[in-house]
Amino acid sequence: MIAEIGLAVLWMAAALAVLQLVAGVLALKPRGANLIDVVRPVAVMQGVLVLIAFACLVSLFLTTDLSVKLVAENSHSAKPFIFKLAGTWGNHEGSMLLWVTIMAVAGGIVALIEKRLREDTLIATLAGQAFVSLGFYAFLLLSSNPFERLPEPAPEGAGLNPLLQDVGLAFHPPTLYVGYVGLSIAFSFAIGALVTRDVGPAFARAMRPWVLGAWIFLTLGITAGSYWAYYTLGWGGWWFWDPVENASLMPWLAATALLHSASVLASRNALRAWTVMLGVIAFSMSMVGTFLVRSGILTSVHAFAVDPERGSFILALLAIYIGGALTLFGVRASTVTEGSRFSFVSREAALVFNNVMLCGILGIVLVGTLYPLLTEAMGVKVSVGPPYFNPVSAIFAIPMLLVLAVGPLLRWRQDRLNRITMPVAIAAVLAAAVLLGVEVLAPQIKVLPLLGLAVAVGVAYASFLPLRGRNLHRTPLPIWGMVIAHFGIAVALFGMASESAFSTERLAAMNPGDSQQVGPYTLTLKNIAPVAGPNWTALEATVAASYAGGEPAILHPQARTFSNPPGNRTESALKTRWNGQLYAVLGEEGEDGRWQMRFWWKPFVPLIWLGGLLVALGGLLALLGRVASDIRRLVATDKIAYRRQRQGR
Amino acid sequence: MSAIKPKHQRLVLLVVALIALVGAGLLAAFALRNQASYFYVPSELVAKPPEQGRAVRLGGMVEKGSIRTRPDGVTIDFTVGDGKARVPVRFTGITPDLFVEGSGVVAEGRMEGQTFVADNLLAKHDEKYVPREMKDMSAQQVKQVVAETK
Repeated sequence: MIAEIGLAVLWMAAALAVLQLVAGVLALKPRGANLIDVVRPVAVMQGVLVLIAFACLVSLFLTTDLSVKLVAENSHSAKPFIFKLAGTWGNHEGSMLLWVTIMAVAGGIVALIEKRLREDTLIATLAGQAFVSLGFYAFLLLSSNPFERLPEPAPEGAGLNPLLQDVGLAFHPPTLYVGYVGLSIAFSFAIGALVTRDVGPAFARAMRPWVLGAWIFLTLGITAGSYWAYYTLGWGGWWFWDPVENASLMPWLAATALLHSASVLASRNALRAWTVMLGVIAFSMSMVGTFLVRSGILTSVHAFAVDPERGSFILALLAIYIGGALTLFGVRASTVTEGSRFSFVSREAALVFNNVMLCGILGIVLVGTLYPLLTEAMGVKVSVGPPYFNPVSAIFAIPMLLVLAVGPLLRWRQDRLNRITMPVAIAAVLAAAVLLGVEVLAPQIKVLPLLGLAVAVGVAYASFLPLRGRNLHRTPLPIWGMVIAHFGIAVALFGMASESAFSTERLAAMNPGDSQQVGPYTLTLKNIAPVAGPNWTALEATVAASYAGGEPAILHPQARTFSNPPGNRTESALKTRWNGQLYAVLGEEGEDGRWQMRFWWKPFVPLIWLGGLLVALGGLLALLGRVASDIRRLVATDKIAYRRQRQGR
Repeated sequence: MSAIKPKHQRLVLLVVALIALVGAGLLAAFALRNQASYFYVPSELVAKPPEQGRAVRLGGMVEKGSIRTRPDGVTIDFTVGDGKARVPVRFTGITPDLFVEGSGVVAEGRMEGQTFVADNLLAKHDEKYVPREMKDMSAQQVKQVVAETK
C-alpha cells in the first residue's frame, strides 16, 4: 500500500510541477495576471508532496518490504538500521528520488520565504525551477520508478554492495545532492532574471544564500567523500582524479566562482552578465556530473546501473536545459546593462581574475575528464591521471592563490598597490622562508609540493590580514566567514603538499612478533585473529604502534568478508596525531604463513579534511551573517511600514 | 589608475576571459598528448611496445599457474596474456581481493626492459564493477581467452 501511495503522490507532484510551469508562464503575460497568486502555493504544495513520496520510500526500506523491486534488489533484512536508511539513496532510483525531493523542497522554500525579489522575477524563477524538475520527474516516473512492485515478493533482499556499507553512505550522497540541487535554484534565479530582464543586485542578493548553502554542502560532500575513499579503499590516497571525483569537483569550482561574482554583483552592481553565465555553468556542471556518474558511461561503485537508456535520458535533459539556458543567455545578454565600473587595481578586478582562474581549472578538469570518453569513441583507450591534472591545474591554481592572498586587502572600485605593500611583503617573505627552509632540509622534494607548502604558509598568514585594524567584536560575520574559508584553503593545501612530499610507506610480509619501521613509528604485529560483525566476518590483526619509542598504541586493521551480498573489503586502521596519521592495512596470508602488512606515515594529512571543514565553516558564518542581516532588514521595513500606517491615521 | 570606460571594460573582461579559457584549452590539449596513459592488450604491447618508463595500462587475463611470490613476501611476478601474446608483470603490494589466476586484470605501470612493472592492479570487483577497458572484453573475448589459456 505504501508503495502505491508513494507513486500516486509522486504523480500528483509532477502534475503540480506542470501547473507551476504553465501558471508561471501565463502569469508573466498581462492577461494572466490573476494567476500570479497560484504559483507560490503550488510550489510549496509540490515540495510537501514529494517529501511524502520520499518518506514512503524510506519507510519501505526501513521495513524491508521485499515485494518492492528496488528494496529487494538493494536491501537485506539483516542489514543494520543505518544502512537500511542510507540504502534508500544507495541506488539509482532512490538517489534520483532524493534529487527530485531536494529540488522540489528547495523550490517550495523559495516560494515561501523569498520577499525581496521583484514578484515577476520570482514567478519566472519558480516556473524555471518547475521546468527543470519536470525533466527529472519524467526520468523518475518513465524510466526509473522507485516504487515498482515485483510480481512475487522476493524471499530475501540482494543486499548492499559492501563498499557502500559505511556510515559515509549516510552523509556523503545527501550532502552532495543538496549541493548539486541547490545550484539548480541558482540556475532558476538566473533564468528568471534573464526572462524578466531584472539582472541586478536584488537578484544577486536573492541568489546568494542559495549559492552559499549549495557551496557549503558541496564542500562538505567532497571532503567527506575524500575521507571516505581514503580510509575505505585501503590505498592510502585521498584524491585519485577519478571521473566521479571530478564530477563533484567541477560544480564546486563553478559554485566558488559564482559565489564570488554574486558577491560583487550584490554589493557593487558589477559583473552582471558574468554572474548569470556562471549560474548557468554551475548547474550545467551538476548535470554533467550526474550524467557522468549515473549514465553508466563510467564504471565505478557510483554507477549503480549500466543502462544506456538512462544515459541517453540524462544526456537529453542536459542538452535541453543547458542548450536552452545558453540560447536564452545569448538572446538576452545584450539586454543586461553594464554595471558599475572598476579599476584594474581593485577588489573587483582581483575577484574577476580569480573567477577566470577558477574557470580555467574547471576547463582543465572537464577536458581531462571527457578526453578518455572522446578517444574511446574513436577506438583508442586512454586514461588520464595525476600526471596531467596535478601540474596543469597548478598552473592556474598558484596564481589564483597568490591573488587570493592579496585581493581581500584591496578596496572596492579603485585602490593603490603601495597602500598594501607592507603586509603583502611580510606574507611573501614568510612564503620565501618556507620555500628555502624546505629546500635546504629536504632537497629531494618535488616542485609542486614545495610550492604548495610555501604558498600555503603565505596564504594562511595573509588570510587573517583583512582583520587588521578592525574591532574584532564588531567585524561582520561574512568577513569572518571569508577569513576562515581562505585560511581553510591554506590549511588543506598544506596538508596536500605535506602528504605528497613526506609520506613514507612500508610494505612487508610479517610473522606475529616481527617489527617494522615507518616514519617515526615502530610497528609490531602481535597476532591475527578472526572476529565477526552483524553481517560480516573478518580477520583482524593486532598491531602495536610505538611513536618514537613511546608507549605503544594498539591498531586493528581488518580484512572483512561480507555475506549479503558476498564481497570483501579491507578495513584500514588509523592512528591520528597532531602532526600526522599512521595508516595500517592487512593484506593476505602468503604461502609461507607470513601476513602482508602495509603501513603509511602521512605527516599532516588530516589537515586536508580539517581545511575542508574550515572552508565549509567559513561559508556557514557568511550564510548566517547574510540571513541575519536580511531578517534585520525585514523587521526594520515592517516597523517603518507600521509607523507610516499609524502616522497616516 | 583611472577607471576605464564601461564599454571598453566589458570588452577587456571578455578578452581576458577568452584568452584564459583558450589558454587553458590549449594547455590541456598539449598536456593530454603527453600525459594520457594508453591502454594496451598484451599482443599490442609486444607488437608495438611503448617507450620505456612511459605510464601505460595493460589489460588481459592472469595466466594460470603464473603467479609467483618472491622471498620478500610482497612482490609477485605473473604473466598477463590475451591468447596471442604474453607479458611478464611485476607488482609490489597487496593484490586486490579478486585478483586470481585466470581472471581479468588491468595493470597500471610502465615497461622496464621486457617486464611490465605495475604500480597498481585493478581487478574485476564484482559483476557490476568491471574496469572500463575490460568491459568490451568480457562480452566477447574473456571467455574465449580463458578457454584458450586453460
